[in-house]
Amino acid sequence: MKKKNVLKVSTSPHGTSKNRRRFLKLSGMAVLGSGLLMACSDDDDAINTPDPGPDPQVFDLGAGDLGVLNYAYALEQLEADFYTKVLNGAYWSGANEIEKVLLEDLYNHEVNHRELFSAAISAAVGSDMMAKLPDLEFDYGNLNFDSRTEVLETAKTLEDTGVSAYNGAGRLLSNPDFLVLAGKIVSVEARHASAIRTLLNPGSADFAGDDIVDSVTGLDIARDPSEVITALGNTGFITTPFTANELP
Amino acid sequence: MNIIKFLDEFTNESLEEKKSSRRDMFGTLGSLSKKAAMAAIPLGLASMPNKSYAYQTSSDPVSALQLALTLEYLEDEFYDLALASGVITDPAVEIVYEQISKHEQAHVDFLIQGLEGAGATPIEKPVFDFTAGGAFDPFNENGTGQDDAYAQLLALAQAFEDTGVRAYKGQAGNLQGSDFLTVGLQIHSVEARHASEIRRIRNLKGWIVRNERGPNMPQQTQAVYDGEENVTQAGIDVRTLGDGSPFSLDASTEAYDETLTGAEAEAIASLFIVS
Repeated sequence: MKKKNVLKVSTSPHGTSKNRRRFLKLSGMAVLGSGLLMACSDDDDAINTPDPGPDPQVFDLGAGDLGVLNYAYALEQLEADFYTKVLNGAYWSGANEIEKVLLEDLYNHEVNHRELFSAAISAAVGSDMMAKLPDLEFDYGNLNFDSRTEVLETAKTLEDTGVSAYNGAGRLLSNPDFLVLAGKIVSVEARHASAIRTLLNPGSADFAGDDIVDSVTGLDIARDPSEVITALGNTGFITTPFTANELP
Repeated sequence: MNIIKFLDEFTNESLEEKKSSRRDMFGTLGSLSKKAAMAAIPLGLASMPNKSYAYQTSSDPVSALQLALTLEYLEDEFYDLALASGVITDPAVEIVYEQISKHEQAHVDFLIQGLEGAGATPIEKPVFDFTAGGAFDPFNENGTGQDDAYAQLLALAQAFEDTGVRAYKGQAGNLQGSDFLTVGLQIHSVEARHASEIRRIRNLKGWIVRNERGPNMPQQTQAVYDGEENVTQAGIDVRTLGDGSPFSLDASTEAYDETLTGAEAEAIASLFIVS
């Protein structure tokens, strides 16, 4: 368990405790024994509960290619929803033209990605629609969509998380077409992350900063689904519980 | 397509090009006199290697890594020379080039180690010519002048980074099932971060719109962008997935980067390889 690698969105002075509460609330919603909870097992004393086994009430992403597609669909649903909220906030409506266009592009791309995964998963599962991740619900708590800093810092975290998630999930895919599709998307997420990072710190090396690209190897971050889902759990943004018991 | 065939076609196209488009091409590059430019292209091509550097003779992981190493050698040397040239005077841009240079050096070292670890002999560093036989002067070595050299230095960086993104992506299938897939992806996303930054320094979007190379990009770089206009992903025309701006042609092409085959990537790199 590499707790220190867990990304946390901290967008307000009260973010940590708020997020913590939110996460605990989520944990209480029948995710005991889930990948989401297990991935956080050293993060909370209350999680010494024995694994009660899969909960039929909670959606599990599944195994193999379908599991990865559902996982990517969850990430894209979150990003698309987030930028939808951004475009309805006062920061965006009052932003300069460059930032306005940039964030609208990100919204466009993420909505397009979301709908592609929705269609691709529907095609993959055929009549077994129960195997497709449902529409998730989101709650950004006290995140202030009127604040440039809060919006962009959160966007940075989401984009970097997306990059690390796709980088880590590539090896889990068997179908080469899905691998290429993931590759087509991850580089666009990385382009996003770079642009957002430069908006936050112009004229710096942050676009591919030492915090995210290893200085010695020149490698970006790759994370397993369990790590990514832990990080997402810590944000509290996703209020629909789901598990990833069959993904690493 | 092998490099020689590519170069032959390129040569013929260049020679048959109408004067107006040539003016456009060199108008954007500025510096070179038209006469010099006319002379430079055929000469440059004539001096291109007359043998094919078939880095990728098969679709195995080692061949994919050799192609990657070739592209990283190219990028690494380009940024080293760019930083040494004195052409970059904006400190913010210098910071960006230094960071990218650090990564490209790391990628070269990492790929050499990976190849040696796999029992393969890493390909040797080619001899590069970033003037492409006199068509460019990004380091202001041939009297182009600071401003035009700087414009070319940024334009070539964009071409190399966007090529890198597409080339790594094109090798994903060849790396699938090997230990190198994840590291390949980890390099791939770094190239994409670089590409976005360089494009934005050039006042472009960080992502590729349709197959547009963008204003003031030399026509020779169009091969980097051909195919980016694709809208079919996973067998679905993504424009049909919904209504509104996310499904416009622009958004539908921006949202997905496309692959380059090994041969296509080699053809682009070979413009800058002497031997």
